[in-house]
Amino acid sequence: MSDTIVSLPDQTTARIPKDNYLTRENGLLSWLLTRDHKRIGILYLISITFFFFIGGALAGLIRLELLTPQSDLMASDTYNKVFTMHGVIMIFFFLVPSVPATLGNFFLPMMIGAKDFALPKMNLASWYLYMAGGLLALYTMITGGVDTGWTFTTPLSTHYVNTNVLTTGLAIFIAGFSSIFTGLNFIVTIHKMRVPGLTWFRLPLFVWANYAASILMVLGTPVLAVAIVLVALERTIGIGVFDPTKGGDPLLFQHLFWFYSHPAVYIMILPGMGVISEVISTFSRKRVFGYTAVAFSSVAIAVFGFFVWAHHMFIMGVSNYAVLVFSLLTMLVAVPSAIKIFNWAFTLYKGSITFETPLIYAFGFMGLFTIGGMTGVFLGTAGTDIHLTETYFIVAHFHFVMVGGMLMAFLAGIHFWWPKMTGRMYPEKLSQMAAVVTFIGFNLTFFPQFILGMLGMPRRYASYPPEFQILNVFSSAGATILGIGYLLPVLYLTWSLKYGAIAGDNPWQATGLEWQCQSPPLTENFPETPVMDHEAYDYEWLEKQQEARRKEAEVTSVE
Amino acid sequence: MSNSPAITPETHTATEHHEHPPFLLHHFNSMEQQNDTSSFAMWLFLLTEVMFFGGMFVVYMIYRNWYYAAFVAASRQLNVAMGGINSVILITSSFTMTLGVWSAQTKRKGALILFLILTFILGFVFLGIKGMEYKEKFEKHHVPGEHYSLQSFINPASDAEAMATGTKALPLDEAVHTELFFSLYFAMTGMHALHMIIGMGLLLFIIFRARSGAYTTGHTAFVEYFGLYWHFVDIIWIFLFPLLYLINRH
Amino acid sequence: MDRISPVIWQYLVKWMTNFALFPPEASKIAPQMDALLFFLVLVSLIGLTVVILLVTSFSILYRRKRHPVAVQIEGSTLLEATWTIIPLGLFLMMFVWGALIYFRVFTPPANAMNIYVVGKQWMWKAEHPGGQHEINSLHVPAGRAVQLTLISQDVFHSFSIPAFRVKREAIPGRYTTVWFEATTPGTYHLFCTQYCGTAHSQMIGDVVVMTPEGYKHWLAESTSGVSLAQNGERLFASLSCNACHNARPDARGPSLANVYGSKLTLSTGQTATADEAYLRESILNPSQHITQGYAPIMPTYQGQISEEGVIALVEYIKNLDSNYRVQQTLNTTDLLPESEGKKVPAAQGMVKQ
Repeated sequence: MSDTIVSLPDQTTARIPKDNYLTRENGLLSWLLTRDHKRIGILYLISITFFFFIGGALAGLIRLELLTPQSDLMASDTYNKVFTMHGVIMIFFFLVPSVPATLGNFFLPMMIGAKDFALPKMNLASWYLYMAGGLLALYTMITGGVDTGWTFTTPLSTHYVNTNVLTTGLAIFIAGFSSIFTGLNFIVTIHKMRVPGLTWFRLPLFVWANYAASILMVLGTPVLAVAIVLVALERTIGIGVFDPTKGGDPLLFQHLFWFYSHPAVYIMILPGMGVISEVISTFSRKRVFGYTAVAFSSVAIAVFGFFVWAHHMFIMGVSNYAVLVFSLLTMLVAVPSAIKIFNWAFTLYKGSITFETPLIYAFGFMGLFTIGGMTGVFLGTAGTDIHLTETYFIVAHFHFVMVGGMLMAFLAGIHFWWPKMTGRMYPEKLSQMAAVVTFIGFNLTFFPQFILGMLGMPRRYASYPPEFQILNVFSSAGATILGIGYLLPVLYLTWSLKYGAIAGDNPWQATGLEWQCQSPPLTENFPETPVMDHEAYDYEWLEKQQEARRKEAEVTSVE
Repeated sequence: MSNSPAITPETHTATEHHEHPPFLLHHFNSMEQQNDTSSFAMWLFLLTEVMFFGGMFVVYMIYRNWYYAAFVAASRQLNVAMGGINSVILITSSFTMTLGVWSAQTKRKGALILFLILTFILGFVFLGIKGMEYKEKFEKHHVPGEHYSLQSFINPASDAEAMATGTKALPLDEAVHTELFFSLYFAMTGMHALHMIIGMGLLLFIIFRARSGAYTTGHTAFVEYFGLYWHFVDIIWIFLFPLLYLINRH
Repeated sequence: MDRISPVIWQYLVKWMTNFALFPPEASKIAPQMDALLFFLVLVSLIGLTVVILLVTSFSILYRRKRHPVAVQIEGSTLLEATWTIIPLGLFLMMFVWGALIYFRVFTPPANAMNIYVVGKQWMWKAEHPGGQHEINSLHVPAGRAVQLTLISQDVFHSFSIPAFRVKREAIPGRYTTVWFEATTPGTYHLFCTQYCGTAHSQMIGDVVVMTPEGYKHWLAESTSGVSLAQNGERLFASLSCNACHNARPDARGPSLANVYGSKLTLSTGQTATADEAYLRESILNPSQHITQGYAPIMPTYQGQISEEGVIALVEYIKNLDSNYRVQQTLNTTDLLPESEGKKVPAAQGMVKQ
């Protein structure tokens, strides 16, 4: 038995199908004015990769500065701008749109058997809004930057800095609309455009995860918009809503801000979890263990996610009783994530596992997200939060869940669906190596930061006491390795566009609807509307399909 | 909105060519699905608007609870008559809008255009009155910011509205909080006005398209959804008016 | 290799000598918090081990070569219940334990000595009641409950002492408090941990824990000559507070003797406890803190008085127990454990009413 499930067509005779969404129309305008969700997904993929590397370069600058205890690489003001822009770009222009806007846009309609989203023009508008926000953020960077931290804490952001708070706020406001449009589109499409026979509990878990994330996008982002508007008004006119000398409460801003920004972290992670469900199922040839539990967990995370925002404010002077309530709710929101991890682990039980690159990234996700999630519990526990908050422990926690978790899931998804999007396979050995390099680099970069946080090193510091240097050096060394790990996929995936093996319709022999059509897909996705009469992850159905196709091929070859 | 009635030119494969109404977009299977979907989308969009205004309402409720006396005094500076007239105007415009939607559904092109124009005029009058109110506030130095004046509140004798409503003088530290009221007043009614201006821009577009018969040939979706939007803007005002204008009025 | 290894060796030596996973435990709450932290680390390690074991063993046992045909399993309600209830149970344990510690850290004991800390861009100013002022440092005695009353003059700052495991935000516009009892004499890091602008990383200092004897010496040496309360008395007079707040029967304002800590009925009918926050608010926003039976005529001092000034006034009012004369002595020996509750008669050089 071979130890790979990859099933490629005969490379000597295989060709990329002549008619596909990439070749259907040509010219720049056909891309810039497209309503095809797949092309929009590709547009997003290119743009978020671009912003990711800008954010990554900023991270590189941070780690370079932190090699030495003194603030010697750049002026303090510059450092403050660097970490602020790193946060703003990575969160709003990379993580929030990452999986939904690229893989979600590309595959959601296909997964439910639809020809496109409910609102294709809104989808395109969403990309333009994203680009407008992103370019405005870049403009902000070039014209002096902003140094308030991505959290824009008042009154610092309203009265005490003279950097580009307004333009950055506007960039985020615009990007927020992009997010709302994406989420709105997803919800409507999933509700109304499933093919007959595709009931909710036959949906792939990727769809469930994106649905939950979309609810958060739609309900949470407007509150961020309000917070930004109020900061802008306070900054320009001085309305007093966050100014204690006029009776305002600066803490109110934080309530409004975190009311969105906490659900935002679930917007960022849920789609990644959806990817993991798909990948683990495919590479163990098994339906996901506890499908219903995983589906409900996604929705539970979304719902509970709205009620825990003040756990970012435990030491800010909120009442002790508020702290109790939010700490308790935070414990509750941690449980569904744990449920998912165990269900994924048990999906492997009695499966038939092969270790292609997507699964390696998925394993990385499981380990690193477990650590990241557990350290979240450290922070949700009110007592320990006192010591750990505002230190590098927080930085390590969110990088573990976002980079070790979400980014790994994103890469898993890109590799998993690359053959479908492009018709080409990526080079397996090289990609497995890149995954391992990323994993090693990641741990070396961010694990020492947990220790730094425990020791008390504050975050957003350009200089630090000398005894913290060794751990910072480890962290910076790891960052270099991590950077290589991220650069490699860009290189070999681009290479594969021309030289990769032809993938065929279903190289992974996966069960999803998106695999039951050509690679790359037609513009209209399916030549005939698919019929949905089986459960999700139904490998028996898949086998029958493949049997039927084989018989057909025999018959035709005999004739 | 992506529900323009124009036919999107796309290639049909041999198996796909079939009779369908001209408004059916190609990624939908039936008009029923299309209408169902776009209606759902519109309601969901309005829900995001509720969350947006909701944020500001929460800020308002918090500060009103903390600084009630200042809010009462500041609220009495607003012209209830103008606000009341505006409320009537806006409700009437919702009524004319509903009649417009009915006209579209019953294929009455003339009536549709008439009611849309009426709605536009009413909206315009609303904004005009709002503008007058803003101007008044500007003249009395009640616009938050550098030129905000506390005179009307610490010395009611100097202020006609305060005298008329029998408002007592506020101590200085309480009077400072009136600026918060006006900040919220301008932020909330300003956001509302912005939504109205956008609405009126869309109205002009709809009137223009209606003249060429776009909405009276069976595909009324755009007008209906705009109607929903207009009603939503009206409902926001119905909440704003009592909260801002009618605090502790007798 | 000869060139490279000394560098690596140097780093290793540096690291080994400084190696620590936890900061020193220098307060009473530190070991309690460390115990909870240890529990959390343990649970996390066990959880991680379980996940890694499951994934690794399943990957080995059920790899395609060894297990070519997958067995479709829908799920197991028992397992779902297990891995819902056990994590939930553990998390709830952590919640309760953490809540207890949290309440402990933010509920100062009644006998805690109070030190005021004002944060501003970009320095910490500590004001001891005896008139000792420190910048970017804090001297405290070991074995004594110390409460910090914090406020910021501009933006949010956060006063963090990792060795004590305490941290509290300094907010513009109101007081926040935290308390600790230092156990081991020594010097420990003080950080500002809430990003506050350009020199956020330089807003650091030292917390110096001294033996009670050493602390007494330090108090005597470092006093500015005027205690906070005496400074407050001076301000009280210069701001004409005594025009209304005096002991006369026809006074326009309530008497402030012994008002600190008492329960007041306000003109709105509500009751309030006259703690530091109340006193500050009643100076800056008096119209919302009018005692019942008095006219709302007190003017606000917002903008006329700095946070340090307010602190001085609050200290003055706290120590008033009769006729508006400051009873405190210069060297504040009555703040030390052995002289708790003892009021020493006024020293020379005092400002008279």
